[in-house]
This record gives sequence, structure tokens and C-alpha cells, in this order.
Amino acid sequence: MATVRKKAVKPDGIEKCPTGISGLDEVTGGGVPKGRSTLVVGGAGSGKTLLSMEFLINGATRFNEPGVFVAFEETAEELSKNVASLGFDVQALVAKKKLAVDYVYIERSEIEETGEYDLEGLFVRLGHAIQSVGAKRVVLDTIEVLFAGLPNPAILRAELRRLFRWLKSEGVTAVITGERGEQSLTRYGLEEYVADCVIFLDHRVTDQLSTRRLRVVKYRGSAHGTNEYPFLIDEQGISILPITSLGLVHEASTEKVPTGIARLDRMFDGGGFYRGSSVLVSGTAGTGKTSLAASFADAACRSGKRCLYFAFEESESQLVRNMRSIGLDMAKWTRKGLLQVHSSRPELQGLERHLVEMHKLIRDFEPQAVVVDPVTNLIKVGDRLEVTSMLTRLVDNLKMENITSLFTSLVTDAGGAEAAAGVSSLMDTWINLEDILSNGERNRGIMIMKSRGMAHSNQVREFSLTDRGLVIADAYLGPSGILTGSARETHEAQERAALTEQKNELKRKKREIERKRKLMQAKIEELKAGFEVDKEEMERIASEGREKDAASAAQQTVMAHMRKAD
Amino acid sequence: MRQSKEQTGTEIMENALETRGDKHFVLRLYVAGMTPKSTLAVANIKKICEDHLAGRYSLEVIDLYKRPALADGEQIIAAPTLLKKLPLPLRRFIGDMSNTEKIIVGLDLQPGKK
Repeated sequence: MATVRKKAVKPDGIEKCPTGISGLDEVTGGGVPKGRSTLVVGGAGSGKTLLSMEFLINGATRFNEPGVFVAFEETAEELSKNVASLGFDVQALVAKKKLAVDYVYIERSEIEETGEYDLEGLFVRLGHAIQSVGAKRVVLDTIEVLFAGLPNPAILRAELRRLFRWLKSEGVTAVITGERGEQSLTRYGLEEYVADCVIFLDHRVTDQLSTRRLRVVKYRGSAHGTNEYPFLIDEQGISILPITSLGLVHEASTEKVPTGIARLDRMFDGGGFYRGSSVLVSGTAGTGKTSLAASFADAACRSGKRCLYFAFEESESQLVRNMRSIGLDMAKWTRKGLLQVHSSRPELQGLERHLVEMHKLIRDFEPQAVVVDPVTNLIKVGDRLEVTSMLTRLVDNLKMENITSLFTSLVTDAGGAEAAAGVSSLMDTWINLEDILSNGERNRGIMIMKSRGMAHSNQVREFSLTDRGLVIADAYLGPSGILTGSARETHEAQERAALTEQKNELKRKKREIERKRKLMQAKIEELKAGFEVDKEEMERIASEGREKDAASAAQQTVMAHMRKAD
Repeated sequence: MRQSKEQTGTEIMENALETRGDKHFVLRLYVAGMTPKSTLAVANIKKICEDHLAGRYSLEVIDLYKRPALADGEQIIAAPTLLKKLPLPLRRFIGDMSNTEKIIVGLDLQPGKK
């Protein structure tokens, strides 16, 4: 046997056959039941044929399980052309004997029933096709055509029952597609015969936006995800968001990533955001959310990390142009391949499609930072609950991958904080930008509402957009709260003036002292000089006295001699 | 009696046959093994042909089990299936051929006409 045995033996005993469709194997816990039949139900254009074809092609190319596609609605040529647009090369696989496509043509008007019949012809064809490629997988798309093409439903039902039994005995894993019915799950009640696994595809249009969803209705003998999962059909086939792998089990990193504004980094305990955390930047219109987001993206690229920027308001070139005005050269990072800007209108597609697309882009680009600007625009395409659930999945997914994410949220003046709060509980860090109106001016204030797991500044700071990036100014408190704009400037000027004044005063005082010291010295000199004069005078007098004494003594002697005294 | 359209070999032959009298019928009966249903179908169709088309039909009975590739080519789903290849248009009859009336109408044979 050329079959690759997967590690599919689950504890619950059901052996599974991997579909290889991204996400579906996670939802079903490993794939469809091996050796049994799975019913894929959906309305027109819900992706039944594609899902089943991808199942076969993946089997042939990745799991070494050749397959047979029995088409009741399209010819082999039509089928291979239709799926070629999704990157599947059916003809090459047919040539390699990995795949057999059999087109079953039934034209009701050509057929006349003339008695009892059976579907042995179909059995023979199927058996022949299975043998010719050694098939392990079989798709019947859409077998319900038989009901329209053949008379006598009673015989048909008995034969279908026999067909599914026979498929089981052949040991092939079968996928049967069925048209969605009004009363029962399928139009002709196929679920009666194929009861092992039922997958429901839905294509819903809400507010003119369509969303594809997949749900595993039933999976006999196995646990499975029961929710509706959004899925996407694009150039690479089907992808379903692997939600079952999500949960609150991510590793928390202590590494910090810069915010792009040095002053803001300092407000966050000196390092920035935690790596892998989610950041919400909320604010009213024109408060600088995009600029803050762009600074963050710029900082990530500057440190050599890849950043994915989802712009829901601006085109890439508009973003690049606008950010150049605050001194950020985003085009440089795009050229280096570090930044990828993905611009789209939220209204372009449904919410779930956005989510799946974002998920795919993230998977392909492997960024370390993701910016969604603004996340509130998505509310336009879904209600609050949907947006919250979508964001939960996105945030969880990003955390699992340890990607730092920044979401901007436009807050309208009326009841706006609530809009931000709707998603704020998902966020680790919440920065609020607000307008501060005072003195006939509008200025921007920045404040950290919360930051899980780190000390952070509690001050409202003013920040401004300059040609050298975003600058956060010092905080001044005035009598009516924080001083901003020209009031802050005035206050700063006053402070500066006071400081100068003080300095001048000091200088003046110093000069005064110096002068006084000099005066004092001069006086000392003067006194000294006076003292010297007096001293000299005294000495002169003293010496004169002595001379006088000597002279008088001599005189006396002379006198005495003259008088011949004694 | 000649048609102005471009004619294929079979059409020429068909026309030639027509000029001689009635159309020639080319019939194929596909069965899946020799089950009671199969044998019943073979017996039924043979009788109808002999009754209505004596001398101007050819009937081939094919066992799908022996020639499975033919099932694809001829778009056979049910067994037994009778294929009226000629004259055109192509018609299919499924079942054990027990409903003679339906076959006669379907093959466009006037009942009683020899």
C-alpha cells in the first residue's frame, strides 16, 4: 500500500484522513473520517466543489492518496478550468494517474424508465476509476443530480444506500456534496445515508457584504469545533481560520519594544511596550493616532523588525506622503522589505474575510509588529459583537505568534469612550489621545489609560506633531488643569524669564558684594595708611623727644659747667 | 429523398436503408452481469425487436463487468440500459424492459406495424 499512514489514530478511536485544507483539519481535529463518507452541504456558490476538489488534490499531492472526482454537474474540462484559477492543475494530476475525473452526464429527457433498474452502471464506472488510479479518496459532486435525472426515487434511495455501503467496503474516504434544502439539511435528504460527518458551508450576505462560513454540523465518534468559522476562497484555495488552536496560552515576554517616541518610552517604565502585547490607541478625529501608529511602525523597522500595516483609511502613498510631514520616511522601509502596507476599504469585504485575509498576510509576511489603523472602521461592516469577536481572535492569534500589535480606534465625541472600551479589555495597553480645548486653542494630550504589568506615568502630557516626529512636552499644571499650547508656552516663557531675572539678580548681588568688598579693602587701606601716618608721627615725635632729651641733657651739662655747679 | 445537408457515412447508409423501406435500428443493451434482471431485460428487448423490427435491427448486449471502460464512454449509470444509437436522436431506456408500451413509444415504432 502506498498510503501514508498518518498519526491519525485518535484517542477516541476514529481514524482521520487529513484534508490538507488550511484550518479545516484543526476544526475537525485531524480531518474527515477515514474510510467513511462525509457530506458537504451548502447553497449555490458556497464552495462545495472547491472544497471537495482541494481535498482530492491535497490527497494526491501531499498525502500520496490518489483520488477520483465524479462530477455530475460540470464536464472534466470545465472543472479543471474552473479550479485552475485557484492554482490547481487537475490535468497534470490526471496525466500522472494521481487523479481521475469522471463526468457523469444525465439528461432526463433522453431517459425512459422501462422497469426495475439499479445503479450498477455507476458502480462499475466508479469501481473502474478507483482501480485505474488506486484511489483512496472519492468525491461525488453533486450526487443529487441523480434525483433530477432518474425516475423512481424509491429505487434511487435504495441504490444510494447501497452505494455508500459499497464505498465504505472499498475503504475509500468519500466526500459527497449536497445542495442545501429547505426543510431538511439537504434537498433530497442525503444526510440519511451519509451520517458520519456533515460539514455545512454557508454564504451569507449581511448589509450587502458576503461572508463565507463553515460549520461542522456532525462528526460521529469525534470531538469537533461546533462554531461557525469564516473561510476564504482565494488564489490558494480555501482557508479557514484555525480558531481551535487559539486560547489564552501564549507565553508572556518581558522583552520591550520601543514605541517610537523616546519620551513615551520613558512614560512606560523606560522601555516601551512588552513584546507580543496588544496596544490600543484611542482618540477623536485628528488627535494623531495614525502618526503615533506610524511612529511605532517606524521604530519597529528601525530596529530591523518586519512590520505589517493595515490601513483602512489611507492608501499606501497617501500614508507615506502624510508621514513624511512628521519626518518619517516609510517608503524607505517598504523598499527594504521591512514594512508592508496593506490598504483596503473595510466595506470592500465582510468582516470575516478581512480577518482571514489579515491572518493570511500575517502568516506569509511573518511580521514582529502589526498595526491596524483604525480598527473602528471595521464596525461599519459588522456589529459591535462581531467586531469584538473578530478582534479577540486576531489579538489571540497575534499573541500566540508573539507579535506586538497596535490598534487605533476612532472615538466619536458622543459616547465614544464606550466604543474604545468595547475592545479595551482585550488590550494590554491603552493610550488615549484627546483634544484639550483651552484659551481658544485645541491641543493634543496623551495619557496612558492602562498598561498591564508595568509601572507607567499617570500624567496627561501634551504632545505635538513636528517635522522631527512626535514630541511629548513637559506637563505643567495651571489653575484649570494641565497647561497646553500657548498657555504652556507662556508659562514656559514666564519660567524662563523668572529664571533669567533670578540669574541677573544674582549677578547684580555678586557685583555689589564685590564692590563692597573692594570698598572695604579700600577703607582698610585707607585706615592702614592713616595708621601708618600716625605711627610715623608718633615715632617722629618719640625720636624728637629723645633728641631733645639728649640735647637738653647736654645743655644742662653745658650749663652746669658754665655755672660751675657742684 | 436525399438531404441537402452534408452527410456522414451512417447517414448515407441510413438514407439508403430508408429508401428501401424502414429505418435500420442500432441498439445496445448494457447489463451488469447475468442477473435475473439482466436476463429478463435481454429476453424482453429481443421479443420487442422481433415483433416490431424483424430484419432491420442489430442488438448488441454488453456486460459492463467485462468492459467497464464502456460505461464511461457511453455515460451509463443505470443497469440495464438500452441505448438507441440509430436512428437519431439518441435515446436511453433503463430498467428491465418490461414496460413494452414505453419502449415502443420511445423507439417511435407504431404498434402493430411489421
